[in-house]
Amino acid sequence: MELALQIKDLTVHYGGFTALDCIHLNLEQHTTLGLVGESGSGKSTLARVIAGLIAPHEGKILLGTQELKKKRSREQRKIIQMIFQNPDASLNPKHSIRQILSEPLLFHKIVGRTGVEQRCKELLNQVHLEQKALDKFPHEFSGGQRQRIAIARALSVEPNILIADEPTSALDVSVQLSVLELFNTLKAELNLTMLFISHDLGVINAISDTVAVMRQGKLVEQSPKDQFFIRPKHEYSYELLSAVPKMPKSSTSGGFL
Amino acid sequence: MMSIQPILEIDALSLAAKSNERLVNNVSFSLGKGESLGLVGESGSGKSLTLRAILGLLPNGVEQIGGTIKSDVSSAMVFQDPRGALDPLCTVVNQLVEVVYYRQRVSRKASRMIALELLERLGLPDSLKKKDRYPSQLSGGQCQRVVIALALACKPGILLCDEPTTALDVTVQRQIIETITNLQHELSFAMVFVTHNLAIAANLCSRLCVMKQGQIVEHGATLDILQNPSDPYTQMLIDSVLPLPELEGSRDSWN
Repeated sequence: MELALQIKDLTVHYGGFTALDCIHLNLEQHTTLGLVGESGSGKSTLARVIAGLIAPHEGKILLGTQELKKKRSREQRKIIQMIFQNPDASLNPKHSIRQILSEPLLFHKIVGRTGVEQRCKELLNQVHLEQKALDKFPHEFSGGQRQRIAIARALSVEPNILIADEPTSALDVSVQLSVLELFNTLKAELNLTMLFISHDLGVINAISDTVAVMRQGKLVEQSPKDQFFIRPKHEYSYELLSAVPKMPKSSTSGGFL
Repeated sequence: MMSIQPILEIDALSLAAKSNERLVNNVSFSLGKGESLGLVGESGSGKSLTLRAILGLLPNGVEQIGGTIKSDVSSAMVFQDPRGALDPLCTVVNQLVEVVYYRQRVSRKASRMIALELLERLGLPDSLKKKDRYPSQLSGGQCQRVVIALALACKPGILLCDEPTTALDVTVQRQIIETITNLQHELSFAMVFVTHNLAIAANLCSRLCVMKQGQIVEHGATLDILQNPSDPYTQMLIDSVLPLPELEGSRDSWN
């Protein structure tokens, strides 16, 4: 299978602290990689390095065949998009949804000025929001709806790689389920390659094809999903999996496919 | 396990905002000695408000408009965000000493002894005794242990837990829950546990109350509710628990 993204020997220091330590990671085209680990293990740092928000100290990132340097071209920026944990903080409260969605469309010249309105409506449709929403502001929406807007914004420029940094941890369990379902449908429709970060193993199980485990800046395991959840290779993965609280055995199991 | 005389009785409690909007409507439940009760529901369903009403800590603008809360024993609360619950400018040991001094009415010296004992009991490192530590220097899990120690310093008959593990990692979450369970065995306090994680509630509590939009839609024994939910809302909550495949050779330490 073709590799969408290759990460080689990536190292990042924050002062004397090593946040990422020689990370090797390959992301296959049209698959979802779930990245798990405890807080402070470097998951978000890795996501930010890939998105180009942090410059690595060593190592390189290959996007297909071209290397991503510190200075990226507009095209390279467009291909990788990111969704953040907290939609309250990632959406500008003073911009209407129309402004939020049309800005990236115009910047990357996805559509001309006349086509913006139409494209915005399509995007809202894609994330199951009403078209009326265009004239509203972020505070008028619930947390789940705001996260949908953030997803629509990330998808607006037709990226190949989508990085989602704990997109559901700020949401309620019931809302979380609907956002995850949205991710699954969009992934199939748009042929996305995703890097999905979460510390909730249930979420990872619902969405990913392969699972990578990080601990203290190191990658300790990368396995196919089925293998990871049943026979994890690393002691730490085992520890993580057995720490998840379980429902009583005989109860009806969850409804997520 | 439930004794005949409940130590906490809430009868038809109603809370409303200044604008007369009902936030909690007609909520009743009782709690026996040493019992744990789980309150589950999504955000905005009034779980935390009910808990705050028990403690008499209603936020500004929210008033009790009906019902009674009867309790014979003192209660103490563990908050959701441990960093927000601690004073960032005071060392953690001093914060604990202060609570012990005022609540247990012992001398300064004795209260320091009791405080250090409590910290040890909660599995915090010895270095806290020798060196001053501020909340920002501790990890989230350690901060939450300090907050639990603060609550226990009041020698409560009822421990109110408001999503104490939501802000924590799975591994830390498990340690905290184990700590709470062990302490409950040792000190035999009753507990009201608010969470939106049904799996945690199922493991900790013998009885559950499911709340939706300020009302209790279902209550009863935990296993009964989880296996035969009668309310569609409860079923929806159960369905939104994401399943995990069975781990091979699982030691199954969750009961």
